Amino acid sequence: MWDYSEKVLDLFYNPKNQGAIEDPNQDGVAVVFGEVGSIACGDALRLHLKIEVEADKILDARFQTFGCTSAIASSSALTEIIKGITLDAALNISNRDIANYLGGLPEEKMHCSVMGQEALEAAIFKYRGIEVEQHEDDDGALICSCFGVSENRIRRVVIENNLTTVEQVTSYVKAGGGCSSCGAEIEDLIAAIQQEKELTASRVAAEIATAQAQNRPLTTVQKINLVQTVLQEVRPMLLADGGDVELYDVEGDTVKVVLKGACGSCSSSTATLKNAIEVRLRERVLPTLIVEAVS
Amino acid sequence: MSAVIYLDNNATTQVDPEVVEAILPYLTQYYGNPSSMHSFGGQVGKALKQARVQVAALLSAEESEIIFTSCGTEGNNTAIRAALTAQPDRKHLITTQVEHACVLNLFKQLEKQGYTVTYLSVDHKGQLDLMELEAAITGNTALVSMMYANNETGTVFPVEQAGAIAKEYGATFHVDAVQVAGKLPLNMKISTIDLMTISGHKLHAPKGVGALYVRRGFRFRPLLIGGHQERGRRAGTENVAGIIGLGKAAELAQLHLADVATEKKLRDRLEKGLLAIPNTEINGDRKNRLPNTTNIGFKYIEGEAILLSLDQYGICASSGSACTSGSLEPSHVLRAMGLPYTTLHGSIRFSLSRYTTEAEVDRVLEVMPGIVERLRALSPFNNDQAEWLQDREEALVGAV
Ligand code: FES
Repeated sequence: MWDYSEKVLDLFYNPKNQGAIEDPNQDGVAVVFGEVGSIACGDALRLHLKIEVEADKILDARFQTFGCTSAIASSSALTEIIKGITLDAALNISNRDIANYLGGLPEEKMHCSVMGQEALEAAIFKYRGIEVEQHEDDDGALICSCFGVSENRIRRVVIENNLTTVEQVTSYVKAGGGCSSCGAEIEDLIAAIQQEKELTASRVAAEIATAQAQNRPLTTVQKINLVQTVLQEVRPMLLADGGDVELYDVEGDTVKVVLKGACGSCSSSTATLKNAIEVRLRERVLPTLIVEAVS
Repeated sequence: MSAVIYLDNNATTQVDPEVVEAILPYLTQYYGNPSSMHSFGGQVGKALKQARVQVAALLSAEESEIIFTSCGTEGNNTAIRAALTAQPDRKHLITTQVEHACVLNLFKQLEKQGYTVTYLSVDHKGQLDLMELEAAITGNTALVSMMYANNETGTVFPVEQAGAIAKEYGATFHVDAVQVAGKLPLNMKISTIDLMTISGHKLHAPKGVGALYVRRGFRFRPLLIGGHQERGRRAGTENVAGIIGLGKAAELAQLHLADVATEKKLRDRLEKGLLAIPNTEINGDRKNRLPNTTNIGFKYIEGEAILLSLDQYGICASSGSACTSGSLEPSHVLRAMGLPYTTLHGSIRFSLSRYTTEAEVDRVLEVMPGIVERLRALSPFNNDQAEWLQDREEALVGAV
């Protein structure tokens, strides 16, 4: 038997916000739902959002879930977390936030929290009219055919949750949990991500060390180099969401980027992305950097 | 939590109090080694002999045909290996798709070692088609190995007919009777079975003991090599207490065989009541089924969620859903039956024992409709989408 936290059991036995949301057909209020999973996979979540259009805010969130104890609890937790916040803030919610809210999940059940995060994204993207990556059509990037998991989805959980083993990836997105023939590929992917990460880290460290040794601030060329390496790291996650980012220019401490695809098509998501990229750049390169989106 | 209502007897059973009583002196007073040359150990040897008589009686076999083992897994491994060494020139093996992991995984390994294995399929009731066996078997077949009855669905296989086919081709016939001993009468005197596995903890003996029936005259080679215990056929100091317990449990099982009809009545009562809940289905062969087992698919909801809900009322059952298995795949048995995913993930097995009471069954029937209703209210799927779902699932599965 799984070792569930009190909170998981509580939200399973007494779930909050279950059901669908009726469209009130009211001006300024939109109702939308996002869905992930299927009966074949053993779990599915349909997340309903009621959105205040003007404020871009989630007025109400409800869920319908087919799945196990932790799937139901994760769904309910998600609705509690996102009620009342803006869509941009909601997009910043990760599967870890859901797991933390629940006081943790057994590792084998982390995919329930990932399902929550993915349904949230699906609902918001649908509302914003953004095409979500079609895993089925995109054979080249499909790593696990048993569970239809693409390279980008794996990249994302690996980076966001610092995963290091195939078993962990299986626990988070199920990839590898069927015939397990994709195990080697997942392993390679984890190694590649690890390497990219180390490479960026060592390059950034080297550049900063040189600058410090010469007792001068980073030159613009150095900044460009560093920013580029960090952006390369962020890109896969954006790609997973159907977007992309490109460095346009660096002026002093201002980094100008072009947001593309899904990211560029709506103004509100640019804010989120700008923030996400800025946080990363500040952490990795210079705490004074400011990111600006140009079109 | 209220008192436990234990309906998971195909997983393991309560040790009968009489069995406990029989065992205790051998954990305290009579701790001698039956192989020793003193009478203190010798009296233990006598008790083992008595246990062997009791187990042989349950199977209508001879005492010399019984080897005590540590569990069903050991019995099955020993039997399968013994069949291979008995006819080393034969390189083809036959089993079924719905065997226990300790059989299936062993066959997978044997495939890697150069054996060819045929896995017989089952129909949507989990039943075999013996024509398939007939088509597969050849003079090169060393072994036909199958379960007597399936642990998940309770479906009983036509083992004697299968054994007759095996005999025709000179293949060894092994049967995993772990779920059957104590539930259906067994008579090895008029059987086609060469090797048969039973396990103690499925018939109210403790865990860690089992027995392997080996037909007299079978060229048996042991799996465990060492001392002369079990007449050299299973080395290792005997699990004395366990074996005494198994003996007593076998004796009790035989006495209680007559009660199986009552058990079946209760099972039918439970099943009928559960089927009254809309969108439910029996998984298994209603005509050929263990009297204590029912496996029911509750559509549009997931098994683990049902189990946890039942747990609140102290009711123990099990499920073939992916989430309960620890792997991400649902039960290989239900999948081999080709069940739709809507049924598969919401399958619950209730397995009764001679201790099950009508009040317990009624308690399940009292709480189950509410549990199903609550979870269905949470689910995005329902019967109105049945056709759409079916198409979608087929497309999804087809894509893989
Ligand atoms: S392809 Fe990934 S588990 Fe089968």
